[in-house]
Amino acid sequence: MRDVAVVGFAQRQMPVFDGSPTCVELLVPLFAECYEQTGWTRRDIGFWCSGSSDYLAGRSFSFVSAVDAIGVIPPVNESHVEMDLAWALYEAWLKIQTGEVDTALVYAFGKASAGVLRRTLALQLEPYTMTPLWPDTISLAGLQARAGIDAGVWDERAMAEVANRSLTDAEKNEYAIRKGGSSVEELLSRPMYADPLRKHDCSPVTDGAAAIVLAAGDRAREVRDRPAWIGGLAHHIDPISVGTRDLTRAPSAARSAAALDLDGVEVAELHAPFSHQELVLRRELGLADDVRVNPSGGALTSNPMFSAGGIRIGEAAARIWSGEASKAVAHATSGPALQQNLLCVLGATTEGAPN
Amino acid sequence: MTRTLSAPVTVAFDYTRSTGPVLGRFLTGLRDGRVVGARTSDGRVVVPPPEFDPVSHEAVTEFVEVAPTGTVTSWTWVPEPVPGQPFDRPFAFALVTLDGADTPFLHALDLASPDQVSTGMRVRVRWAEERVGAITDIACWEALDAVVEVRGEARLATTDPVTGVITPVSLDYLYAASPEESAFYRGLNEGRIVGQRCPACQKVYVPPRSACPSDGTPTAEEVEVAQTGTITTFCVVNVPFLGQKITPPYVSAYVLLDGADIAVLHLILGVPADEVRMGMRVKAVWKPEEEWTYSLENIDHFEPTGEPDADYDTYRQHL
Repeated sequence: MRDVAVVGFAQRQMPVFDGSPTCVELLVPLFAECYEQTGWTRRDIGFWCSGSSDYLAGRSFSFVSAVDAIGVIPPVNESHVEMDLAWALYEAWLKIQTGEVDTALVYAFGKASAGVLRRTLALQLEPYTMTPLWPDTISLAGLQARAGIDAGVWDERAMAEVANRSLTDAEKNEYAIRKGGSSVEELLSRPMYADPLRKHDCSPVTDGAAAIVLAAGDRAREVRDRPAWIGGLAHHIDPISVGTRDLTRAPSAARSAAALDLDGVEVAELHAPFSHQELVLRRELGLADDVRVNPSGGALTSNPMFSAGGIRIGEAAARIWSGEASKAVAHATSGPALQQNLLCVLGATTEGAPN
Repeated sequence: MTRTLSAPVTVAFDYTRSTGPVLGRFLTGLRDGRVVGARTSDGRVVVPPPEFDPVSHEAVTEFVEVAPTGTVTSWTWVPEPVPGQPFDRPFAFALVTLDGADTPFLHALDLASPDQVSTGMRVRVRWAEERVGAITDIACWEALDAVVEVRGEARLATTDPVTGVITPVSLDYLYAASPEESAFYRGLNEGRIVGQRCPACQKVYVPPRSACPSDGTPTAEEVEVAQTGTITTFCVVNVPFLGQKITPPYVSAYVLLDGADIAVLHLILGVPADEVRMGMRVKAVWKPEEEWTYSLENIDHFEPTGEPDADYDTYRQHL
C-alpha cells in the first residue's frame, strides 16, 4: 500500500449561504486556500472527487455546475459521490492506491437552508415503509435518544454534558455557527423541543463547503513537515430499518474501529449531529477517557450537509500538522440514526499505515 | 437589496415502484386489514418483513400474521410536523412491537401531548378509511384504551395482490441565483443583457457564472453585451410535447450575442423555419416594458436583422 497523507484543508460554515446551491463562488476561495497551503496549482491535482446531493440542491446534476470552480481546460480527472466529503476522500485514497495518481483534491458542498432539511432527508430512507410517513431526521434521532435513556445507557444529563462541552469548545472555532457553553444545569432547564431532545441536542441547519488535499509519499513531504498520514480507513453499514437495529448501538462503527488500530489515539473528531450519538460512538470506538473528543465543537455546533464528516478529517489532520496530537481518529456518518459509519485514523508517522 | 435573487421552487414527482413478493405480501395484508411479518432464520418475527434474511441472506419465504395490538418500545414527540407526515398537528412517532412480533415497527402515534405517551404503553393499529396497499393504510397507532370507532370491515384477501406502490414526493425550496446570475436577471429587468469577463482568458460569459469554467478564475468584471448576434446552430422543433408553449414547427437556436463568447438559447421568429441558417444575423425583440420581470422571457424572441450572414470564422470557435 502507498503512504497517503492529508496535506490541505479549507472550510466554510454558515447558517445561510446567500448564493446558489451550486456553491461555485464558495468553492473558489476554498480551492485557492488549498493551492496556497500546498504551493500547487490546479494542474498539480491528479484527481478530483466531490460530495453533494441533488435532493439538497433542488436541481439535477448539481455537482456538474460546481466543476466550474475547478476549471476544466485541460480536462480533469473527476468523480462524484452522493455522500459526505469523507466518502469522496475514501474514493480518492483508493485512486491514489491504484498508482494512477499521486495527489487529489476532494471537496463537498451543500446549501441545506434551501429546503426543509429534516424533511428532505426522509428521501434517504427505505422507500416502501418509511419515506411515505416522512419521518424527519430529528424524530429518528429522538427515537434513538429515548431508546438509550430507557435502557439506562445514557441520560439527559450525559447528553447535556456533551452539548455543553461542544458549545464551549466551539468558542475557539471561527466556523462554528452555534457556540457559547453555559452549564449542564442551565441546558437541562431549557424547554424540551422534540421530547426527549432539546434544541441544543440537535445540530443546527448549516450551509457550507470544505476541501481536503491528499498526497502520496514524497509529494506529501514536499508540502508539510508533518503530514497527517492516513493510518487506515474503514467504513461499514447497518440495516436501514430502525426497527431491526438496537438503536443504542452502532455495530457498523464498532466494526470499522475493529478494522483499525486506535491504540494511542489522543484526539477524536466524531460526526455526531445529535448529542447522544457522541455517546454511542465513544462506546463503539472504545475510546479511553482521556481522549479529547471534538475539540472543534463538532457537528453539534455546525453540521454542513455533505461536508461535516469530511471536516472531522480536516480538523483531526490540522491537529497532527500543528503537533498538538500525534495520532487522531476522525469519524463520518450518513443515513438515519448512525446507520453508516466511516473512520479514518491519522498519524504523524507512517507507522501503522495499512500494508 | 439582498445580494441574490431567489424564488420558491417545488420539485415534485411520483415514484412508482414494484413491490416484489415480500413487500407485496406485506402491503397486500395492510390493504386487507392484516399485519404480516416474516420469520427470519434466527427465529424472530420481523415486521415489516425484510426481503432477505439478515443472517442467512436467503430470500424470506415464511410469513406470519401478527396482532394489530402492541407495545411502545420507543417514542419521540413531533412538535412541528412537516408536510407528508401522518398528522399536520403535533403527534408522536413511535416504535411499536406488535403482539406476535419480535421487532418494533415505526409509525405515527396519535396523542395530544407528550404527557400522554410512555414507553411500554399499549397501542393498536388504526386503519385508514380507504386502503390501497401502502404503509399509509395504517393511519397511525392509537392508545388501546381509546374509544373504539366502528369502521368498515376488513376486506378479505380475495382481490389481486399488491404489486406496486406510488409514492408522491414534493419538495419545496427557496432557490437562489448566484450573485452573478442575479446581476444578469436584474439587467434583464432593465432591458439590458449583462455578462461577465474572465480576467484570465478574457472570455465573456452570458449568463455570467461565478467562475470561468475553463480555468476556475472568478469572473469579476461586468460587461453589457449587444442585443444583436449570430445564429451558431439551431433546430427546427416539429415534435409536440407536454408543456409546450408554441405550436410546432418553430426554431430554437443558439445566438452568439456580439461581444459574448457563449451563445444563449432562444426562440427565432419572423422568418420561415426552413429559411433559418447558421450565420444568420438576428436581434432581440423585447416584450412590452410593463411585462418585464427578472427573466430571460423578457426577450420574447430573436428575429433577423436583414444584415448579410456572418462569416463562418466569426463564430467557428463557438460551436
